Amino acid sequence: MSEPSSTDKKVIPIAVAAPEAAPPESPTGAMIRTLGLVSAICGLIIVGAYQGTYDAVAANKRIATERAVFKVLPKAKSIAEFLAQPGGGILKVGAGETAIPAGSVKFFAAYDESGKLAGIAAEGVGKGYADNVRIMFGYQPDCQCVVGIGVVSMRETPGIGDKIITDKEFLANFTALDVKLKADLSALANEVKAVKRGSKTNAWQIDAIAGATITSRAVGKAINDSAQALLPRLVPKLDTLATKS
Amino acid sequence: MNTAHYKTWDEFTEGIWRQNPVFVMVLGMCPVLAVSVSAVNALSMGLATLFVLVCSCGLVSLLRRMVPKEVRIAVYIVIIATFVTAVDYAIQAISLALYDALGAFIQLIVVNCIILGRAEAHASKNPPLPAMLNAAGMGIGFAIGLFALGAVREVLGAGTLFGITLFGAGFQPWVIMVLPPGGFFVLGAWLLFFSWLERRKLRRAAPPMEAGQHV
Amino acid sequence: MKIGKAFHPQISPICADEKEPRAHAMTSVSLVCDLSWFNLRNLRNLRIDSRFYGMSAPLIEIRSAPHVQSAKTVETIMRNVVYSLLPICTFYVFQYGISALLSIAVVTGACLLTERFFVGTGTQAGRLSDYSAVITGILLALTLPPGFPLWMGAVAGMVAIALGKALFGGIGFNVFNPALVGRAFVQAAFPTAIATYTPSFLPGRFTEFIPSTLAWPLMIPDSAAAWLKAKNLDALAGATPLAKWKFDGVLANADELLTSLSGHMAVGPSPLLILLCGAYLASRRFMDWRIPLAVLGSAALTAWLLFAFDPARYPNPFFMLFSGGLILGAVYMATDMATSPVTPKGMWVYGALIGLLTVVIRYYSGLPEGVMYAILIANAASPLIEKITQPVPFGRGVLDRVKKRATYPLNPGYISREEASAVTPKKRFLPNKPKK
Repeated sequence: MSEPSSTDKKVIPIAVAAPEAAPPESPTGAMIRTLGLVSAICGLIIVGAYQGTYDAVAANKRIATERAVFKVLPKAKSIAEFLAQPGGGILKVGAGETAIPAGSVKFFAAYDESGKLAGIAAEGVGKGYADNVRIMFGYQPDCQCVVGIGVVSMRETPGIGDKIITDKEFLANFTALDVKLKADLSALANEVKAVKRGSKTNAWQIDAIAGATITSRAVGKAINDSAQALLPRLVPKLDTLATKS
Repeated sequence: MNTAHYKTWDEFTEGIWRQNPVFVMVLGMCPVLAVSVSAVNALSMGLATLFVLVCSCGLVSLLRRMVPKEVRIAVYIVIIATFVTAVDYAIQAISLALYDALGAFIQLIVVNCIILGRAEAHASKNPPLPAMLNAAGMGIGFAIGLFALGAVREVLGAGTLFGITLFGAGFQPWVIMVLPPGGFFVLGAWLLFFSWLERRKLRRAAPPMEAGQHV
Repeated sequence: MKIGKAFHPQISPICADEKEPRAHAMTSVSLVCDLSWFNLRNLRNLRIDSRFYGMSAPLIEIRSAPHVQSAKTVETIMRNVVYSLLPICTFYVFQYGISALLSIAVVTGACLLTERFFVGTGTQAGRLSDYSAVITGILLALTLPPGFPLWMGAVAGMVAIALGKALFGGIGFNVFNPALVGRAFVQAAFPTAIATYTPSFLPGRFTEFIPSTLAWPLMIPDSAAAWLKAKNLDALAGATPLAKWKFDGVLANADELLTSLSGHMAVGPSPLLILLCGAYLASRRFMDWRIPLAVLGSAALTAWLLFAFDPARYPNPFFMLFSGGLILGAVYMATDMATSPVTPKGMWVYGALIGLLTVVIRYYSGLPEGVMYAILIANAASPLIEKITQPVPFGRGVLDRVKKRATYPLNPGYISREEASAVTPKKRFLPNKPKK
């Protein structure tokens, strides 16, 4: 099959040990045996690593989500994950389930110390300057408004686009951003939109950051799209979420 | 024995300086440019690569006598991928923020040519201890290279080092340094510096040229 | 046109006792007088010639093209460009006061110091006294906002010379316009500072600095908005006409754009003055008139087409031409001799590309101004433009032009067919295989 060649034995000048004898011819059985053995060893290592880190990873993920939700809903003390299904039903997501069925919208119900609903948090995506801007926003059922935003991930230009998490005037837009539904609860009454700085006249408009218009628009669009998809399904069922189950 | 000992040490330091993967061999540029935005990211990436390099070279070296050369690349890649997966989980367990910052480049360690190169050129022909030492040298060299880039980019791009503010609150960040072009600029500057060092060494070693002599 | 081949045996013995190896190597392309090749790009040859003369007067002169020499040297041309820039600088300083003056001085100083360092290393062509670094510095300063922090200006100047020029080997070898390389760097590094313009003709501009000018090195400059507020001016008064149009939809008046004399409008150096100085340079043949004409013509045409298509959405061509840095770019940046094509046809193509790209970037990108990137892209394309616009040699019709061969860097139309086929390997796969 293969001939023991000396050409592939070019010893690098720095090699320590003397060149070892050329490996013997390798029959098919030896190859399969070796591959099988190596795969078995590697499989063991991978499964071991997965099992060993599983709890820590899960805890990290939970903490990360909680932190993001608590940031937009400061009163919240615990969260539960739900899916708003296309038909209008709401499904609780158990621990460890990560796949989201097509058409469903994921959201988090946040509860305060006494187990009462403190607000709803959901993610939204908008096309920013460099890449998608993923944000998390908190929704307050009492006032039907967005009460806080946080960025989940973005790659906007540092110093310009990332002002959306530092600019106080911009963040002031999200103390009570109106996302009321129409009377028949079919869609948002007004489109949430970023407008030029200083020209905000309505509660559903966002004053954009001067010089970071595209990123500001991305935030507006992210909230609008996500609220548009989630709220018509969520609002009729709010009662079922009123207390922690 | 003494010379063998010396050689082993030499093998270890080789990757750190003479054959530094970043500054001399210019290997594995993909993660070098992409994750060296901050010193922490760069150092974690370097340590992750170091771990994969040492472990996989150790295992490859242990199995070197029984791996038929027809299937050796497949075996090396499986071994490397295994340790990369383990590192991937480990980083998730340590810090999700770091994991997000490093992104796909953790998984891409599998195709980092430094690792396969070490496995093929060195570990498959040497006993485990020298192989691992050599791999450790290379890994440390890679980590140093990454850190050198990451530190400069973080200092200029954010005015911090390991998150510690260096210049006070009024520092003007050089935005370009945390963008991809900044990676190329800093890498270019480091390469320039190292080639200057090399040339200076050669100039000092060579006898002075005679007047009128053409090179 | 068989001269080259026929002369070789006679030339070689003469060359053999020459001590200059490079002159020897270049005899193969000699003895053909092609005027279109006379250009400053052949700086390397100019240099060798001077060395050649410096040794001893040779009996027979054997040189490569260019064969027609004139009294114009690199230094003459560069010095005249600097002279023509002086009125523009003066008006600029008159507009913006001592901040602009200091900015020009510091940026030019940074360029000269960097040039001095790299010339000192002996790794690049050119001398400090050839005025090219001065031009780079002045042009760079003119493209920056007047209140640009001095330390950032110094960084821009250093990057311009180091990255834009020294890296490629000095004057005549650079691929990109050095001033624009420097500006592109600071544009990416300090996007906020470079977009902060202050109005011109402010009272007290000769006694007071714009506060951002005097920022400490590495520190954020003071906000111009607060300073303007103290002077009872709108914070937006400092926006350039292009930024106002792009972000606020306000079109500036024609007279403001042309002379930048009326009102507190933040415009750069006056376009009319630049055109005037450019006309001087072109009339003295220090600059090729084709490139600015092609840039402005193509920008005007593109803008006019879009304007005719939808006047509500696109501004008029006049605004496109005279706002921002288009005039400065067309007259002084695009015509940089080392980075623009040498062929006459190529100049038209090159200029047209810049004009088109400028308008496209201004309309369809997130940036208000696009001249810089347009010129840099066209710089990168100019070797290619040169290659496809080779002039047909005298005495040869357009029809029997030699087919493009991949083996030569430039299509050697001036080498006889026999010689060309002797050097180049035969094409194996002809599209139309000749019948035997």
